[in-house]
Amino acid sequence: MRKGPSAFNIASIALGLAFLYAPILVLALYSFNASRLVTVWGGFSTRWYAALFRDAQLLDAIWVTLRVGALSATMATLVALPAAIALTRGRRARTALAGGVYATLVMPEVILGLSLLLLFVSLGLPRGFWTVTLSHATLTLAYATVIIQARLATFDRSLEEAAQDLGCPPWKAFVLVTLPGIAPAVAAAWMLAFTLSLDDLVIASFTSGPGSTTLPMRLYSQVRLGVDPKINAVSTLLIGFVATGVIAAYLFQQRRRRSA
Amino acid sequence: MRRERSGLAAIVPLLWLAIFFAFPFLLVAKLSLSDTALAMPPYAPRIDWSQGLAGVRAFLAALDGETYARLTQDRLYLDAYLSSLRLAAIGTALLLLIGYPIAYGISRCPDGVRRALVMAVVLPFWTSFLIRIYAWIAILKPAGLLNTVLGAVGLPAINILNTEAAVILGLVYAYLPFMVLPLYAVLDRQDESLIEAAQDLGCTPVSAFWRVTFPLSLRGAAAGALLCFIPMAGEFVIPDLLGGSETLMLGKVIWTEFFANRDWPAASAVAIVLLATLTVPIVLFEREQRKVVG
Repeated sequence: MRKGPSAFNIASIALGLAFLYAPILVLALYSFNASRLVTVWGGFSTRWYAALFRDAQLLDAIWVTLRVGALSATMATLVALPAAIALTRGRRARTALAGGVYATLVMPEVILGLSLLLLFVSLGLPRGFWTVTLSHATLTLAYATVIIQARLATFDRSLEEAAQDLGCPPWKAFVLVTLPGIAPAVAAAWMLAFTLSLDDLVIASFTSGPGSTTLPMRLYSQVRLGVDPKINAVSTLLIGFVATGVIAAYLFQQRRRRSA
Repeated sequence: MRRERSGLAAIVPLLWLAIFFAFPFLLVAKLSLSDTALAMPPYAPRIDWSQGLAGVRAFLAALDGETYARLTQDRLYLDAYLSSLRLAAIGTALLLLIGYPIAYGISRCPDGVRRALVMAVVLPFWTSFLIRIYAWIAILKPAGLLNTVLGAVGLPAINILNTEAAVILGLVYAYLPFMVLPLYAVLDRQDESLIEAAQDLGCTPVSAFWRVTFPLSLRGAAAGALLCFIPMAGEFVIPDLLGGSETLMLGKVIWTEFFANRDWPAASAVAIVLLATLTVPIVLFEREQRKVVG
């Protein structure tokens, strides 16, 4: 039986969460500040949001980022699914595969970015939309694999085996029985890959070319010039968008758990 | 029987990792041994395939360690190397100190609350890293929010933006979820009856914690420490935005060599040095992970 949390436990959780969320709240709050200065509250205003939607460069970067994110997340998930299957069920090549996946997971992004750039240069591929997309798929592949693999490892195989015993070919049994069961994990893997791609500055900077400037690259060049309330506005929209998605997914899962 | 077929699934991911992950490292290694040609790739030497084996031999003969020699001559690289490892180590130690009570606290909460809290810890990780670091600039800058608050309550101002202290703060902030999760995973799985047994045998709750819970959670602490230390040692965004020009870290050196100095061989050589240093922790991390996965 679990003993309930002590006062010390509650205090450490509360402080931890305050530490994690305070900067984000400050950021969101000041996106509604009428004043340009961070320390002066000039009243509530949505002028930075309006300015945001008039900034063509920024909107362009958002559009590039969303396309790169959706495409690279799809690629990563499609490769991560067989990778997760091989990791949980296969014997051969498991060590090599696990080695590659976990190494990608912790590899500093500057090293990944530089090495991918050299690959594209040596292949003679012009840098642009596709090179960023392939690079992001490589970065997010590891995360997607880990999520799907965790679900597959606990998935009951007896149903799939029953289908096979009844004459279903293995691939069909997997698609008809197991895949619907692990679908939430596959969706979560796609979502994580997508948000990691939206978020990446370093690898995109190394591998993108003219015309494929992503939102983090644009934000970074503006951040270097100093604090700008317009950045707060984009950030708040981005954070709100992602947080809504994640919380919705969480509540959906909770409902399923309760009804199950 | 059924198991064997699943091995085939490994082919596509293995090919992908070979092309986009393993092979590029060879290119980095090659470039680090090449000479700097003016501003533009490709760098000398190149393999002349038309001459067959002789071409390959000529290529190998032309490689040299000149770039690495350059790294040892300039004090800047050594300083950056040492401070990368130092800051990552301090960050990891602080993360353990801060992350442990949080993970432990969550593991003692009732079921539904626990899931919600884990979600709350993970949620910031889903939101933009760059933006979360940027938020700290507005808080830490000399006339920023922190000093406004401190001034209002009559405390002296703190100016840590563009110092190592700000970098450490940023590291701890950004990597906290990566520390809490593996710790929580081991603490949550722990068998409560062990604690009860220890207490029945006369342990106080505090000594039961130190003699049972803590030693059993060390594996999670190791996983969390490696998961944080390795990428932190190569971090670029945090030292760049919060550390100012004084803080040197290898990730920033690679970035500057590449983008500002256009010295690709130097960037590659620094990357190889960083990679070589991180090989041991990466291998340790993989061994731990494989044990967990089974």
